[in-house]
Amino acid sequence: MRIVVTRRIAPPRWFEIAVRFMAIIIALLVMAIVFWAYGISPTVAYKKLLLDSFTTAHGFSETIVTMIPLLLSGIGLSIAFKAQLWNIGAEGQLLVGAIAATGLALSFPDTSAYLMIPLMFLVGFLAGALWGLIPAILRAKLQVNEVISTLMMNYIADRLLLYLVSGPWSVAEVIGQVAYAGFYQTNLLPEHLWLPVLGGTRIHWPTLLIALASLVGAYLIITKTPLGYEIVVVGENLEAAKFAGIKYLKVALLVMIISGGLAGMAGVGEVAGIHHRLRSGFSAGYGYTAIIVAWLGGLNPILILISSLLFGGLLRGGYLLRTMGIRIGIVNMFNGIILFFILASEFFSNYRIEIRR
Amino acid sequence: MSEAHGKTALREEREIEPIVEMRGIVKTFPGVVANDHINFEVRAGEIHALLGENGAGKTTLMNILYGIYQPNEGEIYIRGKRVEIRSPRDAMHLGIGMVHQHFMLIEKHTVVENIALGFATKFLFPTKEISRKIREFSEKYGLTVDPNAYIWQLSAGEQQRVEIIKALYRGADILILDEPTSVLTPKEIDELFSILKRMKEEGKAIIFITHKLDEVFAISDRVTVLRRGKVIGKLKTAETNKKELARLMVGREVLFRLEREAVKKGKTVLEVIDLYALNDKGLPALKGVSFTIAEGEILGLAGVAGNGQKELVEVLTGLRKAEKGKVLIRGVDVTNASPRRIAELGVAHIPEERLKHGLVPNMSVAENLILKQYYKQPYCDKFFIDRKKVLENANKLIEEFNIMTPSPITPAKLLSGGNIQRLILARELAGSPDVIIAAHPTYGLDVGATEYIRKILLRERKRGSAILLVSEDLEEIMALSDRIAVMFEGEIMGILPAEKASLEDIGLMMAGAKRMGVVA
Repeated sequence: MRIVVTRRIAPPRWFEIAVRFMAIIIALLVMAIVFWAYGISPTVAYKKLLLDSFTTAHGFSETIVTMIPLLLSGIGLSIAFKAQLWNIGAEGQLLVGAIAATGLALSFPDTSAYLMIPLMFLVGFLAGALWGLIPAILRAKLQVNEVISTLMMNYIADRLLLYLVSGPWSVAEVIGQVAYAGFYQTNLLPEHLWLPVLGGTRIHWPTLLIALASLVGAYLIITKTPLGYEIVVVGENLEAAKFAGIKYLKVALLVMIISGGLAGMAGVGEVAGIHHRLRSGFSAGYGYTAIIVAWLGGLNPILILISSLLFGGLLRGGYLLRTMGIRIGIVNMFNGIILFFILASEFFSNYRIEIRR
Repeated sequence: MSEAHGKTALREEREIEPIVEMRGIVKTFPGVVANDHINFEVRAGEIHALLGENGAGKTTLMNILYGIYQPNEGEIYIRGKRVEIRSPRDAMHLGIGMVHQHFMLIEKHTVVENIALGFATKFLFPTKEISRKIREFSEKYGLTVDPNAYIWQLSAGEQQRVEIIKALYRGADILILDEPTSVLTPKEIDELFSILKRMKEEGKAIIFITHKLDEVFAISDRVTVLRRGKVIGKLKTAETNKKELARLMVGREVLFRLEREAVKKGKTVLEVIDLYALNDKGLPALKGVSFTIAEGEILGLAGVAGNGQKELVEVLTGLRKAEKGKVLIRGVDVTNASPRRIAELGVAHIPEERLKHGLVPNMSVAENLILKQYYKQPYCDKFFIDRKKVLENANKLIEEFNIMTPSPITPAKLLSGGNIQRLILARELAGSPDVIIAAHPTYGLDVGATEYIRKILLRERKRGSAILLVSEDLEEIMALSDRIAVMFEGEIMGILPAEKASLEDIGLMMAGAKRMGVVA
C-alpha cells in the first residue's frame, strides 16, 4: 500500500469552500479537546461561544459590532493579498487611524458633526494609508520584506498610542498619577462627535455602511477596473506584469493605500463609535484577526462578509467565555488553530491524495 | 536483403531480450489521456529514439519509467523482471538515469558537490572519490568537465555532461535524455552524439526523446513514434526516411521548405547604435552592438545562449537599462524608455520564457489576450474594463490563430505549449506591430506548431513589419532570415545576407573563431 499525491489542476470553487468548511469543523474539534483539558464541557463552551452570538437579538447585534472592524480591515487586506503584498500591519494601520481621528476631534471639539465625522474618517483613512505606504515604498524600492516591515510598524503604532494616552493626551484628571495603568486613555470625545447607533444596540451604522460600501468597491475594483487587472497580474506573475508595462511601484502604493486606509477607518469606528475615547488596548487585535478573516474568505469580498460575521461571533463569544473562568488567551489560541487548519487545508484543495494497494 | 537473411534477422530480434519493457501503459490527467495503452521496449546496447510532437506523451511515458508519475494501468519490466517504480530513487536503484530538459543542478555548488548530493558513498570527504570517478568517466566516454567548477560557470553543454555523469555515478545503464540537444551548439551536439555512441558500445541502453527528425537519423538505431498518447510506429531507423517519420508523427504531410517570397525592403524601422548593457550579475553583456532592420525584413540573430541575446532583447523592449548607446524606432529615441512606451510605439515582444514572462497562468485566456491593451480602448473606457469586448476579442483571436482552448474563460495554464505560444502570438501581433522581437519563438514546440509560427512570421514580414528573430536553431534562422547576425560574448561577429551565409561560417562565428561581413 502506498500514498500517492497528485496536483489538482483546477479545483472547482465549491470544493475549495467545502475544504475550508471542513477545516473549521476540525479546528472546532481540536479546540473541544482544549476546553475538555481545561475542565470545561466542550458542549457548554460552544453553546456559550456560538449560540448566544448568533441566535439572540442582543447577541447578534454585538456580533455585528465586532464584525465591523474585522470586515473593513479584512476587505483591505484581501486587496493587498491579491497583489501578493503580505500586509500583516492592519493592526498598526487601525491604531494610527484611531489616533489621527481622536487628535482631530480633540483639537476641534466645537465644530459641527456633519463636518467633523466625515473628516475624522478621512484623516483616519489617510493615517492608515500612510502607515501602509512606508512598507510599500520600502518593498518596491529596496526589496524590504513587507511581512517584517508591516509587522514592525504595528509595534511602532502601539507604542505611539501608549505614549499619547499616557503622556500628552492622557486624561486631564490623572496627570501626574501614571501609577494608574488602567487609566491610559484620553478624555471622552465631545458627545456630538460620537457615531450614531441603531436604536438599542451598539451598532455604529456609519462605519457599517462604510464597510459594506468598501466591500462593493473592492469587488468592483478587482473584477472590473484596470487597477484590479493590474493587481491580479502583479500578484500572479510579477515578471509578466513588468513585461506588460505595469509599474509595480504604482500598484504596490495604491494597494497599500487602500489596504491601510480601510484599516485606519476601522480604527476611527472603534474610537468614535464604541469607546468614545482613545485608550490603550482598545483594539483587541482586530487587525490580526482580520488576516484570518481575509484568508478564510478566500480573498473574495462576499465570502469575507461571511467569515467576518463568523469571527465577530466567535470573538464576542470569547468574551463571554471569560465569565466561565477561561482566560482571553484561549480565544487567541482559538484564532490560531483556525488559521492553522485553513492554511493546512489549502494543501487538500490543491492536491489529490490517493491510497493505493 | 535476401528472404533467408531477413528471417534470421527477425529471429535474432526475437531472441534479444529487452532491458526495458513497458506494457499497456495508461496515464490520464484531468481531461487528457497522456498515454493510451503504450507498449514500449528498449534493448541494451541501442540508442532508441522516442519521437513525437509536443503533447504526444513522450515525456509523460519517460516520467513514468523514472518514477515521477505513477501509471493508471500497465506493467513495467526491467531486465525481464516485473517492477514497481514509485520514485526516482527506485528508478536509480534499477539502474535508470534521466537527464531532464531543464537541468536539476544547484548553481552555487560545484560539479562534485552536485554529484555527491544525496548519493555520497562515504560520509566524510566524499568528494575525493567522486573526483576520481569523474575523471574516469571523462576518459572512458569523453565527458570532459572540471570537477571543481561551479555550475554557474559552465555552459549548457557542460551542465548536461554533469547530468550524464550524475546518472552514471548512480550506476545507470539505462539513460533517458529528454530533448538533450535543445540547449546545445552544433559542435556540442556532435560531442554529445559521440559520447552517446561510446556509451552504447559499452552496452548501455539510451532513450533519446526528440521531436527533431534529423537527430533521429543522426544517432538512433530504432525509433518509436508517439502521436496523441498512442504508439503510431516502431521502426528501424535504417529502414525508414524523414518523410515517413514526419507523416507518422504529425498525421499529415509536412512542408519542410517554407515559401519565402521576395519582399521589397522598405525604410529602416529599428536602429541600434553602439549598445552597451550589463547582465544580472553586473558584468558586461552587450559590448557595442549595432544593427538596423527595415520594413519587410527579418534579421536572424544566431548565437549560443548566454552571449548577450537575452540582454539585447530586454534592452530593446524596455525591460533592461542600457549603459550606453541608442535604440531608435522610426527615428524616435526609445533608449531606456518604459516597456509600455516601447509597446505603444508598435514593438511586439514574443518572449523567450513564455510561462515566466508572457503569461499569467491563473488568468483566463481572454484576460491574457489583453495583457498589453487592458488599459485602453476598446477594452477600457474611463473606469471599467468591458468584459463583452474582452470576450469578443478573445473569440476573434482564438479563431484567427486557431488556439485550442475549451473556452475563452479557461485558465491559460491549462493550454499546451504550442497553444500558449499561439496565444502570445495572437496578443502581440493583434495591433499590427511595426517591429517584432521574437525570442526563440519555436523553442520546444512540435513540428506542426513550429511550421505555423514560422508561417506567421513570414506573413508579418510580408505585411511590412521589421522582425528580429533570435534563435539557437540555425535551420530556423537560415529558413526565415533575410540577413543573419551572429553574436558572441556580447558582440556581433558579423552580419551576412542569408544567401551568402554558410552553416560552417556561422558555426565558426558562434564559437568566436571568425569575424565576417559588415561589422557595423
